[in-house]
Amino acid sequence: MNMDLSRRSFLRLAGAGVAATSLGAMGFGKAEAAEAAHVRAFKLATMTETRNICTYCSVACGIILYSKGDLKAGETAELVHVEGDADHPTNRGTLCPKGSALKDFVKSETRATKPRYRAPGGGEWQDITWDEAFDKIARAIKDDRDANMIERNEIGTPVNRWTTAGFLAASGSTNEAAWTTYKVVRSMGMVGFDNQARV
Amino acid sequence: MKDTASGPTTAVSNPPVQPTEAYFDQGDITRISATRNVPQPDRELTKLAKLIDVSKCIGCKACQSACVEWNDTDPGVGENVGVYENPHDLTPDMFTLMRFSEWENPVTNELEWLIRKDGCMHCEDPGCLKACPAPGAIVQYSNGIVDFNHDNCIGCGYCVTGCPFNIPRISDTDHKSYKCTLCSDRVAVGQGPACAKACPTQAIVFGTKDDMKAHAEGRIEDLKSRGYENAGLYDPEGVGGTHVMYVLHHRDQPGLYANLPEEPRISPVVEGWKGVTKTAGLAVMGIAAAGAALHGLFARPNEVEEHDEVEADRLVDGRDPQDGGQV
Amino acid sequence: MTNAWTDIKNTDLVVVMGGNAAEAHPCGFKWVTEAKARRGAKLIVVDPRFTRTASVADYYAPIRPGADIAFLMGVIRWCMENDKVQWEYVRNYTNAAFLVKDGFGWSEGMFNGYDEETRSYDMDDWEYQIGDDGFAMIDPTLQDPRCVWNLLREHVDVYTPEFVENVTGTPKDKFLTICEMIGECSAPDRVMTSVYALGWTQHSKGAQNIRGMAMLQLILGNIGMMGGGVNALRGHANIQGLTDLGLMSNLIPGYMNIPRDTEVDFETYIAGKANAPLRPNQISYWQNYPKFFVSFQKAMWGDAATAENDWAYDYLPKLDVPTYDILRMFDMMSKGEVNLYFCQGFNPFLSFPNRAKLLSALSKLKLLVVMDPLQTETAHFWQDHGIYNDVDMASIQTEVLELPTTCFAEDEGATVNSGRWLQWHWPGATAPGQAKPDTWIMSNIFLRVRELYRTEGGVFPDPIVNLNWEYEDPMEPSPEELAKEMNGRALRDVYDLADPEKLLVPAGEQVSTFAHLRDDGSTMAGCWIFSGSFTPEGNMMARRDNSDLGDTGTFLKWSFAWPLNRRILYNRASADMKGRPWDPERTLIEWNGEKWVGFDVPDTAPTAKPDEVMPFIMTHEGTGRLFSRKMMVDGPFPTHMEPFESPVENVLNRKMRGNPAARIFPGDLEQLGSSADFPFVATSYRLTEHFHYWTKHNKVNAALQPEFFVEISEELAADRGITKGGRVRVWSNRGEIWAKAVVTKRIKPMICDGKPVHVVGIPLHWGFMGAAKKGFGPNSLTPFVGDANIQTPEYKAFLVNIEPAAEEPVA
Repeated sequence: MNMDLSRRSFLRLAGAGVAATSLGAMGFGKAEAAEAAHVRAFKLATMTETRNICTYCSVACGIILYSKGDLKAGETAELVHVEGDADHPTNRGTLCPKGSALKDFVKSETRATKPRYRAPGGGEWQDITWDEAFDKIARAIKDDRDANMIERNEIGTPVNRWTTAGFLAASGSTNEAAWTTYKVVRSMGMVGFDNQARV
Repeated sequence: MKDTASGPTTAVSNPPVQPTEAYFDQGDITRISATRNVPQPDRELTKLAKLIDVSKCIGCKACQSACVEWNDTDPGVGENVGVYENPHDLTPDMFTLMRFSEWENPVTNELEWLIRKDGCMHCEDPGCLKACPAPGAIVQYSNGIVDFNHDNCIGCGYCVTGCPFNIPRISDTDHKSYKCTLCSDRVAVGQGPACAKACPTQAIVFGTKDDMKAHAEGRIEDLKSRGYENAGLYDPEGVGGTHVMYVLHHRDQPGLYANLPEEPRISPVVEGWKGVTKTAGLAVMGIAAAGAALHGLFARPNEVEEHDEVEADRLVDGRDPQDGGQV
Repeated sequence: MTNAWTDIKNTDLVVVMGGNAAEAHPCGFKWVTEAKARRGAKLIVVDPRFTRTASVADYYAPIRPGADIAFLMGVIRWCMENDKVQWEYVRNYTNAAFLVKDGFGWSEGMFNGYDEETRSYDMDDWEYQIGDDGFAMIDPTLQDPRCVWNLLREHVDVYTPEFVENVTGTPKDKFLTICEMIGECSAPDRVMTSVYALGWTQHSKGAQNIRGMAMLQLILGNIGMMGGGVNALRGHANIQGLTDLGLMSNLIPGYMNIPRDTEVDFETYIAGKANAPLRPNQISYWQNYPKFFVSFQKAMWGDAATAENDWAYDYLPKLDVPTYDILRMFDMMSKGEVNLYFCQGFNPFLSFPNRAKLLSALSKLKLLVVMDPLQTETAHFWQDHGIYNDVDMASIQTEVLELPTTCFAEDEGATVNSGRWLQWHWPGATAPGQAKPDTWIMSNIFLRVRELYRTEGGVFPDPIVNLNWEYEDPMEPSPEELAKEMNGRALRDVYDLADPEKLLVPAGEQVSTFAHLRDDGSTMAGCWIFSGSFTPEGNMMARRDNSDLGDTGTFLKWSFAWPLNRRILYNRASADMKGRPWDPERTLIEWNGEKWVGFDVPDTAPTAKPDEVMPFIMTHEGTGRLFSRKMMVDGPFPTHMEPFESPVENVLNRKMRGNPAARIFPGDLEQLGSSADFPFVATSYRLTEHFHYWTKHNKVNAALQPEFFVEISEELAADRGITKGGRVRVWSNRGEIWAKAVVTKRIKPMICDGKPVHVVGIPLHWGFMGAAKKGFGPNSLTPFVGDANIQTPEYKAFLVNIEPAAEEPVA
């Protein structure tokens, strides 16, 4: 029994949204409408379906996020379930033990949810606003760059490098986030710039 | 030239997001625990099966992960005891478990790491259902799925005893018995089980039993061409065949795969039960789990008459049931 | 990957060596099982451990960690000896026939011209002989003793099966069985694929491991073929994208280079990049470097990049060392030379070697800024967690900011998979609490810094105040705006270079190919290899048509693959000198007499004649390289080198330690241990139940593999009195850890250089944050040394000792 992969071929350039799913693949005849007393109610009925790509390894499996609420409609969306995208050429709906539990990553109890600050020698986090955090960072960047920027080397070549600050970028982030990061980091002359390519 | 890619054989369609009518329901039930004269449905659904090809399994535990996520269970964080099995056994919150066996093949002198997904076999002739004293706690549909109805479960543990594969587990929290449902809620709306959907190498496939047997034949042929002369299908006769089957590279030695029973069958004692002797029979089998569960049985209202239990134990060996189930 | 995940189904033989695909990439590994089912393909696994990949292999052989080069050179020798060579391919598509300068040579495991003081080779003679016509000299008959083929034959001569067994611990009969299986793939209609990962890269000679396989695949004629190639299975979801975008010390997006101090001006810089072909008629595509570079500068600095200021060349920093890679930065940090450090979705405190050194380094920072969806160990490095992070909080003066970010489910954009597919995704969940996208965070940082420079002035403000930042909402550029910027667009009308009347791209329009980029400032593109991903037609990365014409596995209408939607790199090499497919069953592209046609985007000029233009258009030669010239600092051929910490001496040169051309900092050298004190080889790895240090934050994955453990053989367990499930202490010259013991038949002692070698396997998923039990990782033990060429830490082979630990350790 092959599920025809072309089921959603028509969704070229399509984004998120609800898609109808063809049923009857299991070989059942059409039954009378009746609630099965013993069978658990199907939990994904009426969820919003969003296409996404697994955030873990580089196989980049297609996934479908099932959420309560529709972001596109301006609603708050709560992730309820994640499943492999059967239309995806690579994973064909399958997912590994990490991918199958992606929901738990998104909803982990140890996610960072607010900006926090740890003072020198401190033993506790303190809450801080985004504004305060950005002011602190911008000031630190400006002061350190102005103090340590190497504009020319010993023989007078303009080198404009800043070695006393470094930046590690996230290989879980999108190209778009990476490009934003690239522009900001390079414009400042930072050379201690790296990503997870080696680990 | 085909316009679309051929996919691996399985049912992998995505769960629907629209209210959907069920494709089977109580009208398709053919057997009900502790219930005689079940009216037989006027139609018979195609028999279904899950096929687990042990030779394609990479032991990744995606099936376990998908099972937990779909069924919203919480197996908890345990500890490492020197093995890869985690949790260390099936639990009320872990319906399926990869079991790992290291075996040095004496013929080839090569190490084989045999990894088997354990879980409910959905027997055509289900020992759990036959052993269950609670009316309606276990049902079987005409497509072969054996499902538990927890509203009716009394947590007696007889299903554990009656199971030739030692699968169901009783919860310490709600004192009910749990096992794989073959994702009856998914199958009812035309989906395959969560484990089969997830399985990265599609070592787990799902479909009609006939299709699965045909698929198995191809796999067995491939295995034989790779030197596994005794490759074969595990669909044991003793329980009338199963709706979860294995392709084994060593069909002649199922015990290699974490003690998969060679010839599973329901205990003759369970087979012979009628009325009061049903519980008596269980007492004879006397696995600790049954005795342990009795505490729970007496702690709550239940549908098995208490005196039946006492009577059963007295009939068998004159013990008081509170003594526990040792024989 | 040269090929795609879905292409693996087309192979006849999969060699998993230097990786563990079934565990680390299960859904990609599906295509291995498909190849087995569809084509009767075979799977070979060579690994120190019998992994879960090995559990489904047709053939498994053990190997000592760090001995891969000897194995691969042994296979190459065997193929050359036994005529298992795709001769037409080797003669025409590799540099086998090229003549090498007379000064190149080697003895005792090292190449000529080594300087112990600088730990480097004089590479002048690692080059071709150049003829009077300015082209490299060749001998198509392969008779000249100085041709690459004969030098290679001489180089691999020492790697006999007996030598291989002695060095690698792989039994000779198993090695020879594998040689025979691999040798069959030299036939034009038999194809092998190599899939590898960190098992090959994380060595002090990691890049040479991969060179070894690339050479073997060239000799077998398997590069460019469906079902072939050399396939690096990248780790993270977008590590390919971040590398493509050059988020590394020495890179500019699209594999261009940050200038070195020696490239004093734009002219000097460009002169060294745009190399002319080394053979007649060849394309040498990097000749277009100036177009891509100038377009990049225009994307960065817009109108401020002009012909007059050399396209703002001096706005870029220059490097005085090859790279300021992470090892170097942490070494500098440990000496107090770094004040400010940012970690965006990166947890170096667990992922880089020698945790004691990392702790001391982080403690010397003034400010550490961590942006992450999770509460990481790096953000908490100052926090006391008993034995798991034993620190004196009061003495650590580092300020730390922990900034919450969104994750995949909450953001939109593209990530690049290992097969170079740029796949777009959409958000389906509201971010928790105050978590924000990285784009918003970086924009806010930038805008405030720019404001400070605008108002206060400062040192060299030009590249900051002139950075092109024209977004509808400067606080949060949209993913579409950014994607379009990377793809590039015309700033002025762009005309055909061959026909100045023909308008190709009107001003303001997105380019649809990098062929339309120009070096006169009329175009901009943030990352030239992404050109074609967001065209006037729309967002090609969001395409979801999964039809696959020809059932080739190319899926040309699904997302976008760089470059130019090409799915198999070097696919021109899948056809012979007449343009006919080597294997008609694997027709990918073919020459129809006028142009190249087929199921993939041809990797050559569409009208490049097959008998004139050779397939490897990115090289100056037009060929693949069996001899890598000066491209690698540790030699043009891979040679056997021991890990820096090894249980045996290098049998080619018993005085040599590790990779003689690898950088090692003072202090780290002294911290290396010897086999007298640390008799066992440790190797680190991932388990299928977890993803790095992320999934220990999940309850489900924590349930599937809850607690840190190490794996050892039954023999070592018996020798040390260690019981299954018992607690052990493992220590190196840099630290100690405690773990549960998994005692297994899947690891067995090997005999190398006449003595038994035991392996201790150390998985790496545990730390002191998250849902799983607190534990340690290999980085408490590993040496602070990297690969000679690219500084990948040597995580796969180092020395430890092990003993039973009776009780819970106390701090």
